[in-house]
Amino acid sequence: MLMNRRLFAAASGLALAAPSWGQFRVEISGVGATQLPIAIARFRDEDRTTQSLSNVIRADLVRSGVFRTVDADQVLDEAAQPQMSDWRGRSADALVGGSVTRLADGRFDVRFRLWDVVKGKPIAGESNAVMPADLRVAAHHIADVVYEKLTGDKGVFSTRIAYVTRSGKRYSLRVDFADGVGGESVLNSNDPIISPSWSPDGQELAYVSFEDQKAIVFAQDVSTGKRRKLASFRGSNSAPSWSPDGQSLVVTLSRDGYSQLYIIGRNGENPRRITNSQSIDTEGTFSPDGRSIYFVSDRSGGPQIYKVSVSGGTPERVSFTGGYNISPAISPDGRYLAYISRQNGAFKLYVGELSRPGSAQAITDSSDDESPSFAPNGKLIIYATRTNGRDTLMTTTLDGRIKAILESRYPDVREPVWGPFGR
Amino acid sequence: MNMSRLALTAALSALVLAGCASNVPLDNKAAPVESRSTTGAGGSGSASTNGNAGSKVASVDLTKNAAAAELGRVVYFDYDSFVIKDEFRPVIESQAKVLTTDRSKKLTVEGHTDERGGSEYNLALGQKRAESVAKALKLLGVTDAQVEAVSFGKERPAVQGSDEAAWAKNRRAELNNR
Repeated sequence: MLMNRRLFAAASGLALAAPSWGQFRVEISGVGATQLPIAIARFRDEDRTTQSLSNVIRADLVRSGVFRTVDADQVLDEAAQPQMSDWRGRSADALVGGSVTRLADGRFDVRFRLWDVVKGKPIAGESNAVMPADLRVAAHHIADVVYEKLTGDKGVFSTRIAYVTRSGKRYSLRVDFADGVGGESVLNSNDPIISPSWSPDGQELAYVSFEDQKAIVFAQDVSTGKRRKLASFRGSNSAPSWSPDGQSLVVTLSRDGYSQLYIIGRNGENPRRITNSQSIDTEGTFSPDGRSIYFVSDRSGGPQIYKVSVSGGTPERVSFTGGYNISPAISPDGRYLAYISRQNGAFKLYVGELSRPGSAQAITDSSDDESPSFAPNGKLIIYATRTNGRDTLMTTTLDGRIKAILESRYPDVREPVWGPFGR
Repeated sequence: MNMSRLALTAALSALVLAGCASNVPLDNKAAPVESRSTTGAGGSGSASTNGNAGSKVASVDLTKNAAAAELGRVVYFDYDSFVIKDEFRPVIESQAKVLTTDRSKKLTVEGHTDERGGSEYNLALGQKRAESVAKALKLLGVTDAQVEAVSFGKERPAVQGSDEAAWAKNRRAELNNR
């Protein structure tokens, strides 16, 4: 895949230049989380490459919240016959080892093996030849295989995220690995960029740019950089979000005097008005089955979350607690609703089950949370918040126990959105 | 605009902004948008001079914000409100007069909010403020074709800061010539 190659190359190039910035630092809060103990040994000859594969795998697995790592400060390759009793003695339930070998054509042969320590046998292993620039991707892939083998859910470590950085008057829309290392700018502008949204195939980003001194919705092919205007009507055009089949988007247009929801085709064609109120209706997002749209409306006073059929009709109110609830995100399985709620002047990330009204709880200690977005496996949420006077990104498990903060070289990072699984 | 006029405008702007220690963007040109650039954060194209303590550099703001304020072209709003307060009626009336006298003149009403809350909901709030100013202008005879209401939400604050003084200056609608 050509596009990925380029991103990967850029990512590792940047990582080489500045190894200290960019990376999620994990913060574990709360107790009692059940985590699977896993040992990740150093891969044979990984110190001869630019990437410590075992470190990348370890960081990925810890950030997921499902694992805790057991000390394994030794080299172990995939062909070894590890003494399972030793590892059981160290309280590890699983063990990963591997190797990196330079091939004659300049590529690296990356191998790994996953052992079930309790059962005392190998349960997964692979060999992949990769370009030097793709070693980090190879590590994310191994983390994905380990995660899926041990949890039954797909891993999200080789998926991508998009976010907006601001440095002075300079705004950049960036695409990055889900571990926040490196990344590449897909758009630079002297005017604000907000609300990126991935197309379901991960090829395009829709977003709002103010480059024409008003809010206009664009879509941009991530691999070619080719962009097109999707909505530039009179007034403001904003809040794009793709339908699950990628054939249309819900957007907010003010062309008829109020900010209302419309569905447009993937090239901006045939705008069809969905809501009909004399108040603000915005931040539409499709349900995973594509049949309804969750959105924010202040028709009852303060902003609350509602749900409406894609064919229109009377919206049904979804949020009831608190006077200010915005930015709904629905988990890929349609089970959970994440949103931002203002409580006593603080803006906090809430997560609850849609089928259990009143189940939503604040899962952060911060007070300026924004823009929640679910990982494609529904197990993590990425969101923006403020720490030490800077806009930063964090990931969290749905129960809020395991959080990771993105250490970025940019003063301000906002508007995160998690991309789909690769193909 | 000749040099002395420019100097006068600059001096007026400086007066208006005296005591305001915000950044002073001198470059307010339309946005160059580059696709596929791999360069990181660079300071190019955004010459900005801060009022450094100790240095004898006076800040001069030539951006449209200052120009708008100077001519009484900003309407400020209360928190979470779209109501045009009586004290800003003269702003609307004087602009309506200009626009009804000369039908070729056009105006953009740009709504803004303070920094609190989400970017999209704030964009819609700013839009609502801009629409309420546009509606007031139309009630005074300005035509639909002469005025467009747009919003920057919380993305372009007039002043930096996270206190009520800063927020009050940022909850605004600017009336700019098109």
